Amino acid sequence: MNVAVKTPKTATDRKPAPEVMLDIKNITLSFGGVHAIKDVSFNIHMGEIRAIIGPNGAGKTSMLNVINGFYHPQVGEITFKGETRAAMRPYVAATQGIARTFQNVALFKGMSTLDNIMSGRTLKMHKNFFWQMLRYGPAMAEEVEHRERVEEIIDFLEIQHIRRTPVGRLPYGLQKRVELARALAMEPELLLLDEPMAGMNLEEKEDMSRFILDVNDQFGTTIALIEHDMGVVMDLSTRIVVLDHGEKIADGTPDEVSSNQDVIDAYLGVAH
Amino acid sequence: MAAGARQASAYDTIPKLLLRNAKQFAERPAMREKYLGIWQATSWAGTLQEVRSLALGLTELGLKRGDKVAVVGDNRPRLYWAICAVQSLGGIPVPVYQDSVAEEMGYVLDHAGVKFAIVENQEQVDKLLEIRETYKGLKDIIFDEVRGLQNYNVKGVRSYDSVQELGRDNNGSEQTWADEVGKGSPDDTAIILYTSGTTGRPKGVILTQGACVWAAETAAKFDKLNENEEVIAYLPMAWVGDHVFSYAQSYYSGYCVNCPERPETVIDDRREIGTTYVFAPPRVYENLITRTMVSMEDASAIKKKMFEYFIGVARDHGEDILNGKPVAFMGRLKYWLGNLLVYGPLKNRYGLSKVRVGYTAGEAIGPEIFKYYRSLGINLKQLYGQTEAAVYITGQPDGEIYPDTVGTPMDGVEIKIADSGEVMYRSPGIFTEYYKNKASTADTRTKDGWVHSGDAGFIDENGHLKIIDRAKDVGRLKDGTLFPPKYIENKLKFFPNIKEAVAFGHGRDSVTAFINIDLTSVGSWAERNNVIYASYQELAAHPDVYNMIEAHVDAVNRELSQEERVAGAQISRFLILHKELDPDDGEITRTAKVRRSLVMERYAVLIDALYDKKKSRQKIKTEVTFEDGRRGVIEGDVEIRDMKLHAIDKMSFKEAAE
Repeated sequence: MNVAVKTPKTATDRKPAPEVMLDIKNITLSFGGVHAIKDVSFNIHMGEIRAIIGPNGAGKTSMLNVINGFYHPQVGEITFKGETRAAMRPYVAATQGIARTFQNVALFKGMSTLDNIMSGRTLKMHKNFFWQMLRYGPAMAEEVEHRERVEEIIDFLEIQHIRRTPVGRLPYGLQKRVELARALAMEPELLLLDEPMAGMNLEEKEDMSRFILDVNDQFGTTIALIEHDMGVVMDLSTRIVVLDHGEKIADGTPDEVSSNQDVIDAYLGVAH
Repeated sequence: MAAGARQASAYDTIPKLLLRNAKQFAERPAMREKYLGIWQATSWAGTLQEVRSLALGLTELGLKRGDKVAVVGDNRPRLYWAICAVQSLGGIPVPVYQDSVAEEMGYVLDHAGVKFAIVENQEQVDKLLEIRETYKGLKDIIFDEVRGLQNYNVKGVRSYDSVQELGRDNNGSEQTWADEVGKGSPDDTAIILYTSGTTGRPKGVILTQGACVWAAETAAKFDKLNENEEVIAYLPMAWVGDHVFSYAQSYYSGYCVNCPERPETVIDDRREIGTTYVFAPPRVYENLITRTMVSMEDASAIKKKMFEYFIGVARDHGEDILNGKPVAFMGRLKYWLGNLLVYGPLKNRYGLSKVRVGYTAGEAIGPEIFKYYRSLGINLKQLYGQTEAAVYITGQPDGEIYPDTVGTPMDGVEIKIADSGEVMYRSPGIFTEYYKNKASTADTRTKDGWVHSGDAGFIDENGHLKIIDRAKDVGRLKDGTLFPPKYIENKLKFFPNIKEAVAFGHGRDSVTAFINIDLTSVGSWAERNNVIYASYQELAAHPDVYNMIEAHVDAVNRELSQEERVAGAQISRFLILHKELDPDDGEITRTAKVRRSLVMERYAVLIDALYDKKKSRQKIKTEVTFEDGRRGVIEGDVEIRDMKLHAIDKMSFKEAAE
């Protein structure tokens, strides 16, 4: 019974022939003499939940920054939806359907939850500033349309009760949820989550896990996430890539990765 | 309304009332719920269609007269419709507390012999699937919210929409359904409500259609309710109060029931709707005051002064103005000004601006809290009711409000006080029996229809009923002094800083107490005083918090010392528990009543320490259950405080008696 219930949660079961959404080839990123990422290649399939794990300083966040165009790698290329590029700006990444959340929450603290999420729609608003200032005619119609989409997300993430609350007054777990909501408001094809569960208690982690699975399930959004809680990673992800000191040391399903000796060594340390 | 009363004989069941409402109130709103942040109403005519298609769909699935159907979830229109749909076919709905863990829920489903379950969402479906592994009687699980359930390919799990679809496809069956409704009689079982039970397993209280309609009719007449009322449904559907107030009365009077967007948004929703008729346990009113006091602490000096001054004015004149008594011109003027500046905005904040009648029930309310609302001009009244009575036993009639009594018997209710001091009642609303529990039924209901309330009380000189305590809880100290635990606990709980209290003393030489602090109220105090804490446990153990609670306990002792019957029952020692009493651990019921015997068992070590005068601290380990059913252990080292008792002034009692 339980098995029957749980199987649909992994995306691969539904998609026998995975289509590659993002392909990363031989990426090397260095800051001065420090190599943050050394010759790393992996790909992300359409519709999967892909985890990037590794000890502190392994280059996980740098990797996300490369994917959404914030860092420009010195070597290597990235193919997103069939289009190859060496570097791009975050703005372009956003217009192409990549959204992200941050390790330490990056919201507009003084603005309400609703306004923060509305800001995620900016790229999809087309009426110019003056129309919007008038709040009249076509600008109003546009606003109503976007508000509807935002309300759907509010409903989805169950944050109706904090709609009007300034984000700075919310507890951390809810701020993380608002950040996820803002990323979802962009209707991304690829969602990058940088430690979505950091600093949460057990209950909040369970809620967040459920939301991530539901986003993947309901919207078909492809997700790449960095997370330290191994229980969460093993339960959620379809495939896992493991980084250590900027290098890829393993790549595969949760089972493969958790039995990989290099991974165990990297996490537990080896006697030299 | 008048039509309803006149034709009561023809419309003697709830589903029949639905047929009437669909004609009489056709396009008037019956239920409202928010969709994407906007209120959407369903008319009575629409309600009829929703109920009918669901009922016909359930017929297709094989629902027969007498079959039990569990209803589990937050207050949603679709779940209320489900109750009516089941009743319309002669089935018996069994609403279950939505936050019960699978094991508790499993017991109720198994005991009731539930065949179908209509539930809100994935969370409940998961619980029921777990239950279905051991309880094989459960056939179909019907869910409302599709979210997260698209890929559940499990036999017998289907969506609410698909069941309604089955019903809609069934052409020409409208008449068959109307005939089924027509077959209903007032003697049919309308519902089985499982009482959360402060002792032992929950008992299934059977109420008939007749009892539910009687309750709705009595309430409607008592407070002149009509189809223009607006109420908000936010209390558990498995509680008799919600069943009568948000369901039976709505169908009888034809008024609109609004479902909050989420449990957390109730206060805002209430304000948006402008409810006219309110029903809430004291805790809700206490929380509102706590929130007001907390935000007043942060307000500017002018606002604070204004608030204090006009609350003072309200205290002096508000109650009299509400009761229609003569008040001097200056008093009226000041009150009018206060209403403009303070009471009006406050009532608006509370969402109580339009309230005609508000009730508090379920527990005793603090006299201060009660007077506060009345002084603001809110017609808050007390009610005494039980599941076994389809709620209504006594209520306070307008103009006859005494904070320490629960009013006079409602129309059709007879009351007598047994020799033991226990309150007994008889009415058309009483339950038929506890489902599959003959022994308990015989203990509670006499052959000639009198019900033991289990509460000790008396009727005062005005003919109003006064409740003292649970009859079986009233004990005596070793020296014979009367010890009413709940009476003492309620006095403690009237302080906003104290959320819960448990008093001990039966068969001992003195009274002692456990205290739970209120995290909202004490937390806000901590913030203002720069007290840093990481958890409930840490805050509860803070010496300043102890001092504050000590002052409250002392105040209670002073009050007790002035009352002859309980003067000897002052609290000699107390402690603040290292964890909150939690329904998930079974320590309090889902309706927040303390399970005394269980608490005594779990915290036996602490009670022993309370009575060991040499001990001033005690270590304890407690197993706790998390919301997902996992278990953990909380360890604590709890401080115990001694209290100075107040001298009992025997003389003054004599004078008072003379």
